[in-house]
Amino acid sequence: MATGNPKTAGKPPGDGITLRQQAYIGMSQTTDHRNGTDAAVLWRIIGLALRYKFRFAVAVGATIAASAFQLMIPRFLGDAVDNAMGMLSGTSIAPALAREALLDAALLLLGVSILRGAFTLLHNYGGEAIGHLIAYDLRLAFYAKLQELSFSFHDGIHSGELITRGMLDLEGVRMFVNTGVLRLVLLTCLIGAGGYLLLSTDLLLGLLSFSFVPFVAWRSSVARLRLRALWLALQQRMGTLGQIMDENLSGIRVVRAFGAERYEVGKYDVAADDARLIADERIKTRASSTSVMTFAYFIAMGLVLWVGGLRVLDGTMTVGTLTVFLTFITILQTPVRQLGLLVNSLARASTCGGRLFDLLDLEPGIRDQPGAKPLSVSKGALSFEEVSFAYSGVGGPPVLHDVSFTVARGRTVGIVGPPGSGKSTIANLLPRYYDPSSGRITIDGQDIRHATLASLRQAVRVVQQDAFLFTASLENNIAYGDPWADDGMIQDAASTAQIDGFVGGLPEGYGTLVGERGVSLSGGQKQRIAIARAAMLRSSVLIFDDSTAAIDAETEQRIREALKTPMQNCATIIISHRLGALRHADEIIFLEGGRIVERGDHDSLVAAKGRYAALFNLQSRNEDDLATPDIQGAAE
Amino acid sequence: MTTLPDNNAGRPPRAVVGSQISQDEEMFGAAFDGQVIRRFRTYVRPYRRRIYVALAAVLVFTAAQLAIPLIIRYAIDEALVIENADGNLLSMAIAAFAIVIVINYGASYLQDRLVGLTGEHVIFDLRRAMFMHLQHVAMAFMDKTEIGRMMSRLQGDVNSLQEFLENSITVAGDVVLLFGIVAIMLLLDFKLGLLTLSVVPTLLIVRLIWLPRARLAFRRARETNSITNGALAEGIHAVRTVQGMGREAVNFALYGDKARENLAAHLRSAKFAQAMVPVVDTLTGAAMGIVVVVGGALVLDDALDVGVMVAFLFYIQRFFDPIRSLTIQYSVMQRAMASGQRIFEVLEVPIAIADKPDAADPVEIEGDIAFNNVTFGYTRDLPVLKDISFAVKRGETVALVGPTGSGKTSITSLLHRFYEVWDGGVTIDGRDVRDYTKAALGRHIAMVLQDPFLFTGSILENIRYRTKGASRDDVEQAARVVGAHDFITALPDGYDTELIQQGRNLSLGQRQLLSFARALVADAKILVLDEATASIDSYTERQIQIGLARLLEGRTGIVIAHRLATVRGADRIIVLQEGHIVETGTHDALVAEGGLYARLYALNYASFDDIPEDVMQDAISAQART
Ligand SMILES: Nc1ncnc2c1ncn2[C@@H]1O[C@H](COP(=O)(O)OP(=O)(O)OP(=O)(O)O)[C@@H](O)[C@H]1O
Ligand SMILES: Nc1ncnc2c1ncn2[C@@H]1O[C@H](COP(=O)(O)OP(=O)(O)OP(=O)(O)O)[C@@H](O)[C@H]1O
Ligand SMILES: [Mg+2]
Ligand SMILES: [Mg+2]
Repeated sequence: MATGNPKTAGKPPGDGITLRQQAYIGMSQTTDHRNGTDAAVLWRIIGLALRYKFRFAVAVGATIAASAFQLMIPRFLGDAVDNAMGMLSGTSIAPALAREALLDAALLLLGVSILRGAFTLLHNYGGEAIGHLIAYDLRLAFYAKLQELSFSFHDGIHSGELITRGMLDLEGVRMFVNTGVLRLVLLTCLIGAGGYLLLSTDLLLGLLSFSFVPFVAWRSSVARLRLRALWLALQQRMGTLGQIMDENLSGIRVVRAFGAERYEVGKYDVAADDARLIADERIKTRASSTSVMTFAYFIAMGLVLWVGGLRVLDGTMTVGTLTVFLTFITILQTPVRQLGLLVNSLARASTCGGRLFDLLDLEPGIRDQPGAKPLSVSKGALSFEEVSFAYSGVGGPPVLHDVSFTVARGRTVGIVGPPGSGKSTIANLLPRYYDPSSGRITIDGQDIRHATLASLRQAVRVVQQDAFLFTASLENNIAYGDPWADDGMIQDAASTAQIDGFVGGLPEGYGTLVGERGVSLSGGQKQRIAIARAAMLRSSVLIFDDSTAAIDAETEQRIREALKTPMQNCATIIISHRLGALRHADEIIFLEGGRIVERGDHDSLVAAKGRYAALFNLQSRNEDDLATPDIQGAAE
Repeated sequence: MTTLPDNNAGRPPRAVVGSQISQDEEMFGAAFDGQVIRRFRTYVRPYRRRIYVALAAVLVFTAAQLAIPLIIRYAIDEALVIENADGNLLSMAIAAFAIVIVINYGASYLQDRLVGLTGEHVIFDLRRAMFMHLQHVAMAFMDKTEIGRMMSRLQGDVNSLQEFLENSITVAGDVVLLFGIVAIMLLLDFKLGLLTLSVVPTLLIVRLIWLPRARLAFRRARETNSITNGALAEGIHAVRTVQGMGREAVNFALYGDKARENLAAHLRSAKFAQAMVPVVDTLTGAAMGIVVVVGGALVLDDALDVGVMVAFLFYIQRFFDPIRSLTIQYSVMQRAMASGQRIFEVLEVPIAIADKPDAADPVEIEGDIAFNNVTFGYTRDLPVLKDISFAVKRGETVALVGPTGSGKTSITSLLHRFYEVWDGGVTIDGRDVRDYTKAALGRHIAMVLQDPFLFTGSILENIRYRTKGASRDDVEQAARVVGAHDFITALPDGYDTELIQQGRNLSLGQRQLLSFARALVADAKILVLDEATASIDSYTERQIQIGLARLLEGRTGIVIAHRLATVRGADRIIVLQEGHIVETGTHDALVAEGGLYARLYALNYASFDDIPEDVMQDAISAQART
């Protein structure tokens, strides 16, 4: 655990594949993060705090000042006690003088207390403020990183895990400045300076006053390791539990449809019991370590009282000095109790920080290459040149083999093929959601890997097979790609997608809120919103990935008509299982197992009497007997 | 304020990140809500005994805390400063001290452990209760609920209740400590005690001014937290769309605004949180000053033992701790009450569709389905199904066809009683679906939903899902029928391949096949296929139909499809339009009728008409040969 993972350390993250493996190595096994030792993580957090040098300096200064003023209090109290007993420094003084001295002491106490309060405020506020500033920085960095990391990264990590990192882990880091760093400074000052004062007053008594510190330090370091492990384990188990709850709620229709409520609760119980075991363990560990530490503290106090008492009896010490020692120990009580928190904070910060930094350090597998230029689209011709691809990287099961085709502007290529043949994969490669493992894709002769991502993705529009809708108004959903679009553009897009009639019938029209992920829409309505979203935008390459599967033929036909004009200026790829949609494509590609097995226009493919022709036959013939022996033969 | 990337248009963008549904108004209510407490008691009751022990431990712990300055006082006055003091008394004091700290140790351990464990367990119970409840609340409620917000109730709110629980017992300790200190000070020396306590009213007044403002600031900080986190969650879930639509910059700017608001709110709340520190310290200083001046004078005059003065000084230093923590507790309690209200709000959502007490749970059903004059809608005054009547006899397969949004999926939802009809009734075997238990409906109706949701987990677990009795063979059998077996076995881990979130490492068609297989494994009398093959090519579909034909024997089937080739073999086709049934009949009859169905059908194939029959005939045999 101390050193980085040997497999990945020192190797710069490369493409999406290595990245994904790193994501697995670095993240899923949360017990082993790549960010070096705990200390390295903590230093890095401190480094973040040092961005706010001035504040940090003020906070640390205030912490030191607060502890200094706090340390003065026992001395004043002790003097006051001695004064009251009229035996300052062993010599009896006149009561009048003593009274004056008492008044002075009282004023000093008041003054010191005020200063102590003021500096404590500065110290705590400073700590909190820096914490929140760091949290703000990290939040933005985290968000930006997430938006930047490629699809293969997101494929490899559960969204719940990411949310945990962005919320809980970030909290852990945030708290560290105040509950960790500054408290450590405070404790060090109190123990250091106080120790010097006490030891120089009375060596034995001083030693006794501090006798609990090494014990507590040892106990807390033991507890630290244990709590850290428990933290990790708990975090993981709560993550699993959260995932079960989340998926249960997301998949509520499946759960209900199968009457699986009891099954789901069973699943929940297994995970919850698992988590509870760890949670209990954590509480027990915490309880035993804090109570033992407090006990050690009180033992020290008792010893001071005893030995100090004997000294007073001997006459070698005044009651005032004894009070100084006892008060000093009292002052230490809170920080020592907080040592538990400090330990917790250190453990938490190193764990959380490690997980967070692992993510922030990832390089997106897909990004602008050095010297990338904006894509310049003139003719808008698109071409795949012997493209091969595998989701799990070179050596993994290949999904596309040597796929080549071209689409000129105003032309349409249709893709058909059985499930899993790689159709959506082709759509995913064009906007560089993934990069091919070999071969290249060009637009007007420019390798898309040499173009800037922003310009590429602006030029290429994909209507996804399962579109994501936002919990927002219909108009915000339609205008997602161009938030500055005016009402007219939105209405045009909606009418292109044949959704305007439906929207018009709603009481709130375009302002109607769409339920989470479009629950309040029918399947075809969702798809039409997705089509409208793409129709809003000017682009040079349009890809429809089976985006009319839930739309009836009549509506589909109308959409196709409406899209005719925009498609004249685009290279279009239509993926569809309904051959009617591909009838007029300039070329149709039949994909199977990632290979192009047939290609040509509709007529030639039908004439070729191959797979396409068989598909076509199935869809177009009004057969009375579905189970013809021929087809059955083909099925086997 | 908004720092969106520059754009030509002067108007604000139509862009938001995070949910648009207004955030939970945090109820800005009492720190004590009788109703919440009463509800809460139900969950605490099982741990009654433990709580009593914990309370006792807290009291013992507090008493020990109180005793320590007294022992010091005793040691000073009785053992140290009197004439001819002897060591025995000191030893006795030390012995007493030792006993007290051992007790303190035991009590502190017991308290921490019991309080912690009880809090933890109550919270786990509560979370489970919520989760259980959510399994049964009305679907209409779930449709309107954002998962993120529900999760924040299941996690965040539950945690703040836990904090409250853990604290509430220490609060008891704090109260005792406070009163104990006051009582002891007054007992030790009444006048000095009163004088010392004279600083307390100042504290109370300052707090009174401070509290409402501080509470507002704290609340704002929490609100901005949930807003920011909500936006983050959305960013994570939608990341593919965001990248695809090039919305990174806009979203980042919008998120930045939220994060900045959050920062400002937190800085403000930190200021308020710390503002009381110097006040308390000043008052502590003042109280100590009083003891030093007045007490010191009394000691000088021999009217007060010096040990009492020392004890006072000790008590003063402890005195403000409970006050401080009590005010913190106040906001914890307030937050807990708000959380409690939100939690119990969930627990109170009526189970609109609860099983009747005498609901039927038959082992077998025949599978006769009837819709009788059903009217239904999701929003008031906007009916989606209007006076729908039809019947499906056992063993029959009926297809639902119609333009998008015509209400096909809604019909299947009603059959399964996801929603309650407005009017009319749905029956299975002549018995209203409301008279079946939900478990019975779940067992006898298997559905392939339009949206093929899969769980994180292996393919095997996904296909088997809740059908515990299904063996691996059954699962493979179902996968074979839907033609998924081949691609599954081609995967490196076969049936044990782990699916990532929502099965995204499979193609959509593959997911649909798994969802199909899942319904087959469930082996139910009624099978509902809602666009089960929409994302699957016709050839694979045909293979499925061949296998399915056998499986459907003796079962009742409801099939929805837009690709009419999928449904033309159905016994009967029901054509829906805008929530009405417009036509019913077999494929041939409907084509002959020349209505909506005939039109849709013609549209599907119009473009193919010019293909000569013999070409197609050849195509079939060619396919058969390959
Ligand atoms: N949960 C819901 N809340 C509110 N409205 C809904 C909900 N589900 C569906 N609707 C509305 O009810 C109408 C019918 O929807 P339904 O899903 O039954 O259509 P469908 O015939 O299945 O359409 P498609 O072929 O597009 O799937 C639609 O206008 C839709 O917007
Ligand atoms: N994110 C992913 N990670 C790993 N494997 C994937 C991923 N997405 C798809 N695959 C696999 O790649 C293959 C091709 O998938 P793709 O989505 O391109 O199929 P498709 O032709 O679009 O199928 P469908 O018609 O079902 O949509 C499938 O075997 C699928 O299991
Ligand atoms: Mg696909
Ligand atoms: Mg539907």
